[in-house]
Amino acid sequence: MAEELAQILTPDGELRGEPPVDLEATRHLYRAMVGARLFDRKGTALQKQGRLATYAPFEGQEAAQIGSAAALRGDDWLVATYRDAAAMWFRGYPWKLLLLWRAGDERGGAPPEGVNVLPPSITVGAHMLHAVGLAWAAKLLGQDRIALTSFGDGATSEGDFHEAMNFAGVYQVPVVFLCQNNQYAISLRRDRQTASPTIAGKAEAYGFPGVLVDGNDLFAVYRVTADAVGRARAGGGPTLIEALTYRLGPHTTSDDPGRYRDPAEEATWRERDPVERVRRYLQRQSAWTEEWQREIENEEAALIEQAVEEAEALPPQEPGQIFEAMFAEMTPQLREQQQELSGGGPVTPTGDR
Amino acid sequence: MATLNVAQAINQGLDQALAADRRVVVLGEDVGRTGGVFRVTDGLLERHGEDRVIDTPVSESGIVGAAFGMAVGGLHPVAEMQFMGFSYPAYDQVVSHVSRIRNRSRHRFTAPLVLRIPYGGGIGAAEHHSESTEAIYAHVPGLKVVVPSTPRDAKGLLLAAMPEEPYEVPIGRATVAREGTDVTVVAWGAMLREVGKAADMLEEDGVNAEVIDLRSLVPLDTEAVMESVRKTGRAVIVHEAPRTAGLAGELIALIQERALYSLQAPVARVTGWDTVFPLKRSEHHYLPSPERIVAAAKRLVES
Ligand SMILES: Cc1ncc(C[n+]2csc(CCOP(=O)(O)OP(=O)(O)O)c2C)c(N)n1
Repeated sequence: MAEELAQILTPDGELRGEPPVDLEATRHLYRAMVGARLFDRKGTALQKQGRLATYAPFEGQEAAQIGSAAALRGDDWLVATYRDAAAMWFRGYPWKLLLLWRAGDERGGAPPEGVNVLPPSITVGAHMLHAVGLAWAAKLLGQDRIALTSFGDGATSEGDFHEAMNFAGVYQVPVVFLCQNNQYAISLRRDRQTASPTIAGKAEAYGFPGVLVDGNDLFAVYRVTADAVGRARAGGGPTLIEALTYRLGPHTTSDDPGRYRDPAEEATWRERDPVERVRRYLQRQSAWTEEWQREIENEEAALIEQAVEEAEALPPQEPGQIFEAMFAEMTPQLREQQQELSGGGPVTPTGDR
Repeated sequence: MATLNVAQAINQGLDQALAADRRVVVLGEDVGRTGGVFRVTDGLLERHGEDRVIDTPVSESGIVGAAFGMAVGGLHPVAEMQFMGFSYPAYDQVVSHVSRIRNRSRHRFTAPLVLRIPYGGGIGAAEHHSESTEAIYAHVPGLKVVVPSTPRDAKGLLLAAMPEEPYEVPIGRATVAREGTDVTVVAWGAMLREVGKAADMLEEDGVNAEVIDLRSLVPLDTEAVMESVRKTGRAVIVHEAPRTAGLAGELIALIQERALYSLQAPVARVTGWDTVFPLKRSEHHYLPSPERIVAAAKRLVES
């Protein structure tokens, strides 16, 4: 039932159920969450130094992103937003390209061949339909890939949420809708976004299951996503997952949450920190030491530093390159404009005056 | 040989494309069981099955958004909007996603998607069924926009957008629908009929009009227009769409940039008005008529 909250790991790191992955895999996922948080803080710092255009921090949402991304298979599609760098990176989208994109360079929108992740969607809501189409195409082409699309609580108020859910239900498309309900859409609180008691409950209207999960619980997110992915792959149709979480930082680097929320609320959610929760669990299992923590932090930080260096070392695109990916081949108009930009001068009339 | 109308010609093109390539799918409102409100997809469901000829919910953004995902995922969807006046709910998908995925991913992802949108008035239709707002599509970088006026072009241009089909009518090429020497009339789509009548009337009065059927609005065949204007020294642009920010403005700018010194008279435009498209009883006041086109051409020739 939608109203029941799926939880496996309590905020204290105690088990309430069967962990979906073994200890070694947990350490691997924990390490990814630690790396993602380091990247996130780096992103904010780089923006403050003027090295990125804007940055949308995801701190607090690491379990929702890594837990769900980990439940996908290598060739599955991920269609996500500006706040989903952790999930995208976990699926193979390099930090370097995510930084490049954030620095304002289109080349950051081209993940390597074989990485089935679309560049981050900035328009709220529209991309859910793209996941439906991708999953539908896979079904019609006889591939057994599925698509997962991630979006915020705010996105569920867009008409495209309805259209995507409706299409997915009607055609039993192998797609998983993951709503990271982080309680705010910029300044608007979740209770002003919809009068529905839960977002998960909305799935009922479309004829497929909705699941409510503790989005700060890595194990529970992994479990419910893996179940939804398995069902989709087996032809069982779509699922809507609502992961209850919290954006601990600002909406973006140009937002001030002090204008719309109480610091006490932030402190409450800080205690439910998804990364710390797994650390406590690992410690209980004697699978965590301070030394190992330092080691993984150093290694992940070095990889991020390297990505920053590589992104910044890339020479800027030539001015004329803005014309080159509008179509497979440039139209005569684009060629002419490209020449004009590169100093060729505008077209003038031929013949005598 | 049987003469087909535009709808039948597109039907043939779609049938051919569906038969030739498994990746082609057709989707839209009522395109399956009823064969579409204009019967353009008649019989395709029976021949190609409901997985590939898909009756969708009434959901324009859903149709285009899902078709976009399908296209990125390896299919070649042909999506239908029932009327241009109902394409606007999908406009965001077109502008924000369909037109730009190649650019925002630097060629890594592409969306080979065909969107078919019937447009235009003159048939006494209900409100919203008569719009010609091609300019709002032509204005969007990353889209190609074609407006066929003949069955042959309708099928040929459709096939030109399909994978590995014999390239019948190249996108981006205008055609000289009628040769002449005194004045160039540029038009596209259904306006070719009115322009043809106007050219006959002008002929009777000894004015020899050359008619350019643009066919492709983006990319536009600038050279074909210039070649004709340099020859005749006069041009009238005709479109059904409202005047302000319509494509006549763009064409006039192109002509003065490239052929100003060949002109013997200012370029004229005969267009729809900047009004809401009138309902049945008044629509003839709105639509460019052969008489208006003749009057404009004569003004130029006599000036
Ligand atoms: C269609 C559209 N409308 C408005 C915006 C501006 N905007 C960017 S993010 C955002 C809030 C989205 O909230 P939510 O979906 O909850 O995701 P979150 O940012 O919390 O991750 C808004 C209004 C946009 N990008 N796209």
